[in-house]
Amino acid sequence: MNLYPFVMEILQVLILLAIGPAFVGWVRVLKCWAQGRSSAGLFQPYRDLRKLFSKDVVLAENASWIFRFMPYLVFGTAVLAGGIIPILSTDLPLAATADVIVLVSLFAIARFFTALAGMDIGTAFGGMGASREMTVASLAEPAMLMAIFTMSLASRSTSLSYMAQLVMSGQSVLRPSIVFALLAFILITLAETGRIPVDNPATHLELTMIHEAMILEYSGRHLALIEWASMMKLFLFTALGIAVFAPWGIASSADLLAVAAALFFMLLKLGAAGIVLVLIETGLAKMRLFRLTEFLGSAFLLATLGMLSYFILE
Amino acid sequence: MNIHNAAQIISFLAALVLLCAFGMLVQRRMYGLIHLFAWQGLFLSISTAVVGFVAGKHHLYISSVLTLSLKVVLLPYILHVLIQRLKIQKEVETVVNVPMTMLIGIVLVIFSYHLTAPVREISTLVTRSVLAIALATVMIGLLMMITRRHAVTQIIGFLAMENGLFFAATSATYGMPLVVELGVALDVLIAAFIFGIFFFHIHTTFDSLDVEQMARLKEGD
Amino acid sequence: MMLLILLGVPLFAAVVLAFVGDRKYAAEINILGSALNFAAGLGLAFQVYLEGPSLAAGKFFFVDAFNVYLAVLTSFVSMTTAVFSRRYMRREREHGRVGHMGMRFYHAMFQVFIFAMLLCLLTNNVGVLWIAMELATLSTVLLVSLYRTPTAIEAAWKYFILCGVGIAQALFGTVLLYFAAEKVLGEGGDALLWTNLSLVSDKLEPTVLSLAFVFLMVGYGTKVGLVPLHNWLPDAHSEGPTPISAVLSGLLLNVALYALVRCKVLVDGSTGTHHAGDIMMGFGLLSILVAAFSLLRQKDIKRMFSYSSIEHMGIATFAFGLGGPIATFGGLLHMLVHSLAKSSIFFTVGHASQMHRTQEMDRIKGLIKGNPLVGWGLMFGVMAIVGMPPFGVFTSEFLILTATIKDAPLLTPFLLLGLAVAFAALFRKVQPMVSGEVPSYQKPMTVANLPVLLHMALVLIIGIYMPDFLNQWFHIAVELLK
Repeated sequence: MNLYPFVMEILQVLILLAIGPAFVGWVRVLKCWAQGRSSAGLFQPYRDLRKLFSKDVVLAENASWIFRFMPYLVFGTAVLAGGIIPILSTDLPLAATADVIVLVSLFAIARFFTALAGMDIGTAFGGMGASREMTVASLAEPAMLMAIFTMSLASRSTSLSYMAQLVMSGQSVLRPSIVFALLAFILITLAETGRIPVDNPATHLELTMIHEAMILEYSGRHLALIEWASMMKLFLFTALGIAVFAPWGIASSADLLAVAAALFFMLLKLGAAGIVLVLIETGLAKMRLFRLTEFLGSAFLLATLGMLSYFILE
Repeated sequence: MNIHNAAQIISFLAALVLLCAFGMLVQRRMYGLIHLFAWQGLFLSISTAVVGFVAGKHHLYISSVLTLSLKVVLLPYILHVLIQRLKIQKEVETVVNVPMTMLIGIVLVIFSYHLTAPVREISTLVTRSVLAIALATVMIGLLMMITRRHAVTQIIGFLAMENGLFFAATSATYGMPLVVELGVALDVLIAAFIFGIFFFHIHTTFDSLDVEQMARLKEGD
Repeated sequence: MMLLILLGVPLFAAVVLAFVGDRKYAAEINILGSALNFAAGLGLAFQVYLEGPSLAAGKFFFVDAFNVYLAVLTSFVSMTTAVFSRRYMRREREHGRVGHMGMRFYHAMFQVFIFAMLLCLLTNNVGVLWIAMELATLSTVLLVSLYRTPTAIEAAWKYFILCGVGIAQALFGTVLLYFAAEKVLGEGGDALLWTNLSLVSDKLEPTVLSLAFVFLMVGYGTKVGLVPLHNWLPDAHSEGPTPISAVLSGLLLNVALYALVRCKVLVDGSTGTHHAGDIMMGFGLLSILVAAFSLLRQKDIKRMFSYSSIEHMGIATFAFGLGGPIATFGGLLHMLVHSLAKSSIFFTVGHASQMHRTQEMDRIKGLIKGNPLVGWGLMFGVMAIVGMPPFGVFTSEFLILTATIKDAPLLTPFLLLGLAVAFAALFRKVQPMVSGEVPSYQKPMTVANLPVLLHMALVLIIGIYMPDFLNQWFHIAVELLK
């Protein structure tokens, strides 16, 4: 039996765990530069995580099992998702069993439990955050599925590895359906990972926060896991975008050199994605919550247009 | 540039034209609208030139230049000047129910696709699939004129419709005969002057360009 | 040659009037231009009568029995309207409703409008027809808002926007038509010529043509003022100067219907079915009914008569949709007599509202005693327009009704209902206006008698005894439209 795919699988998860925080660090560094501040360095997220892990967990009196269970679940789904998305190689055993729809539902499970846990303690912020999060999710998820379906229509499969392989062998870049889907995907990524203009990851301003409001009651290793998971989520969405829209460089053969090259290209593309993200974030202001329907509505529109132009124009 | 690549470029430009149409549908700011309109004209002009190149129809170059000068330069400039003269740069229009409008827009795209199916079947041109997009642009311009209540916006919707029609002519038939295209351009130009005069009339009479105020003529009174 | 004079005169007059349109003699120039134009129209008609249909300027223009009679009608009504407008506009100017620039603009645009309509009728090119139709709209938009009142501006804006949207649909239809024609006739301008298209209509792709017809129907139907695309019409007709209302109602609607009928013949030839006719019948019948019932609710006199125009255009559209020799004959005749009767009504209405300085029907009274010509003119005009014998409208409506009973008996009651309601509504509204004592606020004025008398006489003559040449003419046109 060929062990190579399993090795790749494990390698991918390890990279996800290791590079996830660094990617967030990279985005923060870039943002500091863009705003003319001095940054805390690429490795600040690691230090934050270490600090959190070494602290005690403080639980509210009326916290139920959901509250304690949530950090592990969120972390677990992120790791699992890392096994599905072709980050380094397209030859993944998990990818054969799970396709894009599974991936989306993995994220949905994590979100569901986050919202539950937010309401579990019964504080006002938790409930408010949960309701906002679900509002965003209910708008973002259809758009996300639509964008990914457009891609799977274009590549005639819902398997991520297959899509990536097809695009790599692809004849054309200038397909309107793919461009539309990509634009929609970028908008959704901003919403799903809680970036500006949907949410601001850097503040705890009560009127605007969404994701932070739900996890306000967490501390210690629980908070560390959640933070780590959300860092991984940003990494995963970027990796997903890369795998579907710009997979060039991802290894498709069992070759050490290819994997090394894949790693190199991945870092390069991540760096570029970070720049794009920072450009968007510095260029835009945070939206009012009521404008979000329009923002995500446009994401849905773009995705649908992508699908339509697949039928009409291709 | 072979046929396949050209078809792809034209499709891509068509998609951008459609995107501009949707953008105009929900854009609130006056300048934003004018810029989107100019972009749409630009994509239109490029795609006309590409079609002309591929099909070897040289009169399309003339229409391409005509579009460029009229829809990308002249009309946006006129609108710009008008907006400045009327001092409505800052005016922001309330657009009701954006998601709903977008959904209707999508339905219109599907409807146009369905409607142009017979043409697509018998046409042999590389641009045949673009006709659906062109009709959709016309329909979205129509939708814009219905949903928006500002005189300037309605006019931009009208001009966007004209863009769609022009696009239809290029994509269905490689362009209408030149005399017709020139005549249509002339009509658009005259229309531009007339709506310019109109803006001033409306503005001085109603103190605003909101056409909602024009509701005196009703049945039975 | 005659053809070029016919098109050249209004264009030349427009340029001249653009400079001197505010002088004292401007109205006379306007009349002179229109009269020359009418003479050229008659000459052209005579030429066609002797030599049959012909092409001019390298196939760019063409005349046959169908369009030449409309061209003569257009030049005739524009001439009488110019005569009427001399007195009318002088009065408006005394009232201070129009300034110097306004007069220049009015006279120049009046001629441009005539030019655009004649171009519509005489061009051989479907695309140029569209352009001319748009030009006709554009030239009248600012005439509708000539008085600059809020309502006038609103009406003009509505006219501009709705007709712009409508006519855009017609352009899409034209594109589709060209697409189908190009397959048969090859590329280039020749594929858009009526004369070529009608020869090969049976070879054109039926699915594409049916699709094209839907767009053309919506487009030109908007200009004809068919329900439910009629919203602009009552506003535009009631707010503009009355001479403009007269030519809009009497001529522009006819021209748009002409375009529609030409398209219908082509589509029928291609599909071999009667669908296009059915669509037209549907729109026509709906227009008759809706307009007839709307007549009952009107308070503004010009608005009421513009609804009556919608009704009559509905009748003509219905007739052409029905097809067959009798109905088509009736439709052609109806276009003619309606145009004559309606413009004469607008002439009297214009004077009546000037005498009372209002368009509200409640305040217009005692017209017969105040000014017999206006009073009796309006009375006879209304009698003619509702289809009382012996006026010409009776003949055409009778023919159309006969054809309906024969070909579409189920629709007869609806048609009759529409006609009856319109009859009752118009009489009820007009009777109090013409009869009764002269109210204190009525001001006597000198009126233009000639146009009214001429029009009424023609409608009467056509009703009593149709001249042989006209009869023959219509028969040729009916053959063309088969």
